[in-house]
Amino acid sequence: MDELISLGRRIILRATTGILAGLVVAGGPLALIARGRAWAIDLTAFTTPEGATLLAAARTMMPHDKLDDAAYALVVHAIDGDASQNELVRRMFKEGVAGLGVGFATSSEDERIAALRKVESSEFFKSLRLKTVQVLYSTPFAYANFGYEGEAFSKGGYLLRGFNDLKWLPEVPRADSGTMPVSK
Amino acid sequence: MPRIEFKDSSAAVIIGSGAGGGTLAHELTRRGIKVVLLEAGKRQSLETFSQVPGEAFGQLTWLDPRTQSGNWGVAHDFPTLPAWHCKTVGGTTVHWTASAPRLQPWEMRAKSTYGSVPGASLIDWPISFEELERYYEIAERRMVVTRRNGVPGLPASNNFKVMYAGAKKLGYKQVHTGHMAINSRAADGRGFCIQQGFCVQGCKMGAKWSTLYTEIPRAEATGNLDLRVEAMATRIEHGADGRVNAVVYRDKQGQEQRQSARLVCVAGNAIETARLLLLSTSSKFPQGLANFEGQVGRNYCHQITGFVWGIFEKPVYSWRGATLAGVVEDEAINDPRRGFVGGYRIELLALDLPTLPLVGLPYGWGRDFASLVENYRNMAGMIINGEDMPRAQNRITLNREVKDAFGLPVANVHVDEHPNDHAMRKHAQTQMSRVYEAIGAKRVVLGPTTPATHNTCTARMSANPRDGVTNPWGQTHDIRNLFISDGSAMTSAGAANPTLTIVALALRQAEYISREMKAQKI
Repeated sequence: MDELISLGRRIILRATTGILAGLVVAGGPLALIARGRAWAIDLTAFTTPEGATLLAAARTMMPHDKLDDAAYALVVHAIDGDASQNELVRRMFKEGVAGLGVGFATSSEDERIAALRKVESSEFFKSLRLKTVQVLYSTPFAYANFGYEGEAFSKGGYLLRGFNDLKWLPEVPRADSGTMPVSK
Repeated sequence: MPRIEFKDSSAAVIIGSGAGGGTLAHELTRRGIKVVLLEAGKRQSLETFSQVPGEAFGQLTWLDPRTQSGNWGVAHDFPTLPAWHCKTVGGTTVHWTASAPRLQPWEMRAKSTYGSVPGASLIDWPISFEELERYYEIAERRMVVTRRNGVPGLPASNNFKVMYAGAKKLGYKQVHTGHMAINSRAADGRGFCIQQGFCVQGCKMGAKWSTLYTEIPRAEATGNLDLRVEAMATRIEHGADGRVNAVVYRDKQGQEQRQSARLVCVAGNAIETARLLLLSTSSKFPQGLANFEGQVGRNYCHQITGFVWGIFEKPVYSWRGATLAGVVEDEAINDPRRGFVGGYRIELLALDLPTLPLVGLPYGWGRDFASLVENYRNMAGMIINGEDMPRAQNRITLNREVKDAFGLPVANVHVDEHPNDHAMRKHAQTQMSRVYEAIGAKRVVLGPTTPATHNTCTARMSANPRDGVTNPWGQTHDIRNLFISDGSAMTSAGAANPTLTIVALALRQAEYISREMKAQKI
C-alpha cells in the first residue's frame, strides 16, 4: 500500500516519467484500506499513456468489476519497477504497449480482448499476465474484495475463529474427525 | 557448536538437512558419531517465517535454475519450476503439508503386484513392508502422527466437511482427517495446531513436525553436529581405493571448501542428489559416482497430482485450517479394472489467495478465469496423490547449456507421462468431480499438474545392481561408504506422501551405518 501515494502529500520526483492517479470509490472495504481516497503512482519507465494502457490490459486480463483501479495500478507499479531496472524488460513492455495501439485504454472490453488475443503468445503478454496474477491477488484490495483473511498466526489461527463454522452440511462424526485441543 | 576440522576424516558428511538428512544427522550424532551437515539454504525459525505467501515462497523454495523437457504438463505450465521443494535448514519438511501415511505392503512389491507394464521400469523393493514396519512405528511416534499410537485426529475443518459429505454420499468408506504429523495436542515440546492454514509458509506454531526444530536441534545438543548453512555441495571426491573421502562445497562467501569424510550420505532431494552424483566425475568414474550401470537419475517419480475445486452456493472459507488434513483412502488400491495399475489418495487441499490463481487454476485470462477467483470464498479443494510409473527415460541429466551461479551444469528434468498415469489422473478427476457434484457443486474446476513436490526414485534401491543405485540400506552398490539418504532411494513411489517413508528409511539406515562403522566395514 505504500506504493499508493496519497495525492495530498505527493512530491513530484525528478525521475518521474508519468503518473497514474485516481480516486478510490467511496464506501465498501476498499475505501477503508486506502490511506487517502485520492491516489497516485509515479512511473519512472513509462509515460502516462503507456501506464494507462498497461492498467487497462491488466484489468482486461483479470477483470474484477468491484476491484478499484488502484489495485491494478499496483500491478503497473511493479512492472514499472522491473522495467526501470532492466532495459530489455522496459523495451519489451514499451513495444508491447505500442502494439496494442493508442486507443486501447479507452476502447470497449471486447475490442481490448481482441487486441490481447492477437498477442497472446508474445513474451509481452505472458509477462504481463504473470505479473498481474502475482501482484493483483496479493494486494490488500484483493484480500478484502474476495474475502481472504490471510495470515492468522497473530490472531491465534482460525481455531476459534471459524475454521469449522460451516453449517450447511452435516458435522463429521468424531471417529473421522478429532476433538478440539481447547474449548471455546 | 564444535567445529570439525576440514581435514578430519573421521566424520560422516551428510548433504541436505530435510526429512532424510536431518533425521539421519540426529540418529548418527546421538550414537556418538561426528557429523558435518551441509545445507545449501539459510536457517529460518518460527520467528522468521514470513506470512506473506509470495515472500515465504522466496524464503523457502529451491529457486536455482533448472530446465525440463518431456510431455508432462509441468513443462508447459511451469517451464522454469519443474519441482517445488525447499532450500533451507529443515529442507522440504519446512513447507510440507505433513500428510504422513505409510506405503502399503503390496505397493512395495510393485512389479509382482502390477505385473509387466510396457514402457515402465517397475521393480520390487529389495525390502519388505514387514522389515520397514518397525521403523514406520518409530517414525510415527517421533513425528507424533495423528490416528496412530492413540494420538487423536485433527478436528474437521470446513473444507474437510465438504469433502466428507461428498465422499460419503458417493459411498466411500475410509474418509478421515488423515494421518498427519501435526500436533492435535501439545506434544514433543511443541504446541498444537491452531488451524492457521499456513502449513506451506512454515508453521509458526511448530505444531507441524519439521527437522528444523526437532531433529536438528537435538542433534546439535549431542555436541556431535557441525551444521554448515549456505554450503552448496558441488562434488564428492574419492581416493585411489574407490571409496569417497571428501565433499567439495561452496561456502556462504562462495569460497570453495573441502571437507574430508569417512562416509558421505547424500540427501539433497531427488533432483539435486542425482545431479551431485552426476557432477562428481573422475577418471575412475567418468559417468559420475555410483553410476556404473547408468542408473543415477533414472526412474524419476513425482506422483500424479492435480487439483480439483468445487464451487458451491454457500461459503466454505477453505483457507481456514490445516492445509491437507483430510483424505479418502478407498482408491488407494490396486484394481486394474479401473483401467490402470496402482492407486491414488484423494487429499484435502486449500491454497491461499495469491497462490490459487498462480498454480491452482488452469491457465486462463478474461471473465471466466476471473469468475473462478471471484468464487474463492465458496470454493472447496482437493488434490490427487497417486502412484506414477517409473520409466528409464524419465530422468535427471546435466544440462551443459545452462549453468548455475558456480558455473556448474544445472539439472534437466525429463518426464514423459506413462499411459497409466493419464488413465489414473482421468479416473481420479472423474471421481473427485463426483464427490463435489454429489452435494450440489455449481461448478467443478480441474486444475493443472503442479510443480512436483514428491521427488523420488532417482537413485533407487534394488536387489540387482543393474536395476538401481543402492542396496536395501541405501548404500550404493558401487561404493561402500557412499549412501543415499532421501527419497531418491525409494524403489517406487506408491500412493503415499513420501516423507514418513523417507524418515523410516533414514532411521533404519542410521542403525546400519552405526553397525558397519563399529565393525570397521566403512
